[in-house]
Amino acid sequence: MDKKRVAVFRREHFNAAHRLYNPQWDDAKNMQVFGKCSNPHYHGHNYELEIKVTGIPNAATGYVMDMKVLSDLVQEQVLARFDHKNLNLDTPEFKNLNPTAEHIAIVIYDLLRPKLDPEHDLHIRLYETPRNFVEYPA
Amino acid sequence: MVYLTRVEHFNAAHKLFNPRWSIQKNESVFGKFANENCHGHNYELYVTIKGEPDADTGFVLDVKKLSEIIKEHILEKLDHLNLNEDVDFMHGKMCSTENLVIAIWEQLAPHLPQKVQLHAIKLYETPSIFVEYFGG
Repeated sequence: MDKKRVAVFRREHFNAAHRLYNPQWDDAKNMQVFGKCSNPHYHGHNYELEIKVTGIPNAATGYVMDMKVLSDLVQEQVLARFDHKNLNLDTPEFKNLNPTAEHIAIVIYDLLRPKLDPEHDLHIRLYETPRNFVEYPA
Repeated sequence: MVYLTRVEHFNAAHKLFNPRWSIQKNESVFGKFANENCHGHNYELYVTIKGEPDADTGFVLDVKKLSEIIKEHILEKLDHLNLNEDVDFMHGKMCSTENLVIAIWEQLAPHLPQKVQLHAIKLYETPSIFVEYFGG
């Protein structure tokens, strides 16, 4: 059974407000590019997050990674930052970064990557709505 | 009598915050829902009407027509907006899912054709939390 790589997944979710806005553009240009996603008083989503960790199951435990450890890590690094928050106003990660689903996925990857075993691969899938989702790395 | 349901969705920001209470009291009652800068949801809206199928069309109501009525009177007022700031029919109300479903009923009912009745509105705030309202 050794040397066979397996992917394990953890699903989590968080609810947040955001707006898409480029401060280098005026309001008219933002509205033209981002439409209703740029409305000044924000809107929101139930974000669904899928975290994929790939590696060789440990010889002693049979686990690629203890899912409780992964869950605690996501809680501490991601959900505590973003759940029931306004991404533009409450989270320093998006102070100077437009909180598109693409950027949120990259930020989540960068938060989790240093906390994982370097031998493991990490992949993020983030649903902004049931119909719109992004993946990183691509 | 047949029940016909149309499912729609909208994305909105809100917060649960009672302005008559202190920040501490709001946080103790509403927890993270009281976050000053709001949070948000993908709301799923189920509108159920009831009536007799028309003899000529077989429809209780043309579902395209029902969709247009919901879009004009509900979705255009809620979608990609802030319930606390942007929605005239929620002004002065707590923006709970319960109050929102009642307000949607009151906005929608007067615009339905007389041959059908509004039966139920079901509103999902998250995939695991929803409310239902049957009027009155």
